[in-house]
Amino acid sequence: MAEAAVLSTGSAAPPSRRRRNWVPYALLLPGILWLLIFFVLPMVTLASQSLQEGNVDDGYVFTANFSIYLDALKQYWPQFVRSFVYAGIATGLALLLGYPLAYFIAQKAGRHKNLVLVLVIAPFFTSFLIRTLAWRTILSDDWFITTWAQNLHITDFLQAVGLTDNDSLLNSQFAVIMGLTYNFLPFMILPLYTSLERLDPRLIEAAGDLYASPWQTFRKVTWPLSLPGVVAGTLLTFIPAAGDFINARLLGNTQTTMIGSVIDSQFLRVLDYPLAAALSFILLVLIVAMVSVYVRRAGTEELL
Amino acid sequence: MNDKSFDKDNPMLRAALMRGLVSRRSAMMGAAGVGAAAFLAACGSAGKNASTGGASGGAASRTAAAAQDMSDAEKVINWSNWTEYIDTSKDGKSRPSLDAFQKKTGIKVNYTEDYLDNDEFYAKVRPLLEGGKDTGRDVWCSTDWMVARLIRQGYVQKLDLANIPNAKNLSDSLKNVEFDPGRLYSLPWQSGFAGIGYNLKATGGKKIESITQLLTDPALKGKVTLLTEMRDTVGLVMMEQGKDISKFTDADFQAAIDVLQQAKDSGQILRFTGNEYTEGLAKGDIAACVAWTGDVVQLQFDDPNIQYALPEKGYTLWSDNFVIPALAKHKKNAEKLIDYYYDPAVMAEVVAFVNYISPVKGTAAELTKLDPALGKNPLIVPTEDVLSRAQVFRGLSTAEETKYNKLYSALTTA
Repeated sequence: MAEAAVLSTGSAAPPSRRRRNWVPYALLLPGILWLLIFFVLPMVTLASQSLQEGNVDDGYVFTANFSIYLDALKQYWPQFVRSFVYAGIATGLALLLGYPLAYFIAQKAGRHKNLVLVLVIAPFFTSFLIRTLAWRTILSDDWFITTWAQNLHITDFLQAVGLTDNDSLLNSQFAVIMGLTYNFLPFMILPLYTSLERLDPRLIEAAGDLYASPWQTFRKVTWPLSLPGVVAGTLLTFIPAAGDFINARLLGNTQTTMIGSVIDSQFLRVLDYPLAAALSFILLVLIVAMVSVYVRRAGTEELL
Repeated sequence: MNDKSFDKDNPMLRAALMRGLVSRRSAMMGAAGVGAAAFLAACGSAGKNASTGGASGGAASRTAAAAQDMSDAEKVINWSNWTEYIDTSKDGKSRPSLDAFQKKTGIKVNYTEDYLDNDEFYAKVRPLLEGGKDTGRDVWCSTDWMVARLIRQGYVQKLDLANIPNAKNLSDSLKNVEFDPGRLYSLPWQSGFAGIGYNLKATGGKKIESITQLLTDPALKGKVTLLTEMRDTVGLVMMEQGKDISKFTDADFQAAIDVLQQAKDSGQILRFTGNEYTEGLAKGDIAACVAWTGDVVQLQFDDPNIQYALPEKGYTLWSDNFVIPALAKHKKNAEKLIDYYYDPAVMAEVVAFVNYISPVKGTAAELTKLDPALGKNPLIVPTEDVLSRAQVFRGLSTAEETKYNKLYSALTTA
């Protein structure tokens, strides 16, 4: 085969072939180096740090202290569970809110498409912290949203299902989940948009011609074709939401602490680096496990 | 934790230890993350011990390295401080006392408000200090316990009092502190109390005067915040239980944690905060909280409903102190700056703005000249009686600090 290639392209072939050989690798190099220095190296460091014992003053000794993982899980499993539940609900809400919006932008917005897209990203022009602080104002007791929610008995409902503790909205599980949903919504919309934008409207017409109801069209045509976007969007929302600690700190109360806050506090305040590293690693492993199960399942659905 | 898992008699482990490993200190210099030497440990060798190598000897006597002093050649000082912790002009654009200092000495002060939190700041500068690098700062203001840690770890330099003649103005009560006997390394910038702040509007006109009331009064349910600063919150609770926080025991500490846990489980406590509690207290979302004096005095100017109570059983007294880090390039200039602020007239200008307690003798008289009302405020110029009931949290060993921080963090983050 190589011979054939040389013969067919003539004498110019060898140099171009050689270039073809190293150029892709050279292009890969910065990326690989980047990942090596900023991902692999810290990862190994983190794993190793978690197995050391000692303190900041006297240094740390590597002791292969695996029991720390059990201790960490035993002490902080409620925060892990809480983080995944909050992140899961927030991801679900973001999908419910984001899907119709992404569909609208991709298929119906026409020449306003770019403008609407910019509007979706616009909140990102301000800092994460400011956006979250804004929710403190939005949900505060003296604002109309809380008053309306009280008049419409929404607060009673939230209290009944345990998402809030009293008749205000702020400082509750509800507020934390809202904050997470809001902060990560664009991460859901953008991938959904890209996959829905590629959706050929003629396929939907064809489904209609074949007497599919709108619901059947959605289930058999639109949804399967948008699955890559759904998978990407849910991952981009769920993963950072599970590790977030700002929303729980600013919008929650003492009963809504997420695992991110625990890690933050262990790293910065307690200076228990091994425990903090172990917690980070557990979080990482759990997320990777969940994501791989999810992607595999979503992948098979896509084939159906 | 399982200390036994590391068996020193295990021959394989011993061999690995003896194979000689890079000291933590030297490896730390190039690494981005925490514990770079760990990387090596993970890659085949089994461990290392910081105290056997590197720059430090035993844990007890570590001294900070001095850099060549560029003070005369470069007329600058890099000062890191907490936010809103110095006098500012009305338009917020200049800082009068700093400008006057520059006019007087020709030294320019690069004043940066990047000290937001003791722990956070420590996390920021520790890798540099540990790696034997200049932090780019000549002076900053750390809280007592952080100063204790910095001295213990050899990260701050001795002050040259010859350059600070005004140091004689230091209040007698602050002259001999446990963490820095004789004030060789640190001089206070501002002091304050941690007590109870409350908003009459949110408490329904009720006065909140004890920690027990703060933690149990049903009228305050879900509207109380406590400080993430362990020494202030736990200290107040221990004093409420009649303990002396300058010499408490493990059991005392645990008893206080139990009380706090109970309050938390009952839903009394809304959140554990840094000084962002001021916003909530002003709005009334927070009815009552553990608060620092200066913050509350500032809030009182805008709203007379904001009240402050110093608990009968005692309250914590803390100071933020000037320290000069290892390898600071303009040590002499920084010392001149400290000397300048130890002039009561200058300190009075700062106090009139920040409303904390001055550590400098004679400030009260100067303050009364500027504003008689401030000179009479017991939270700014405390009387002997008020001062006598204030207590200082005792110094902690590294092991104790870790242990207590763990207990407290389990409370605040669980």
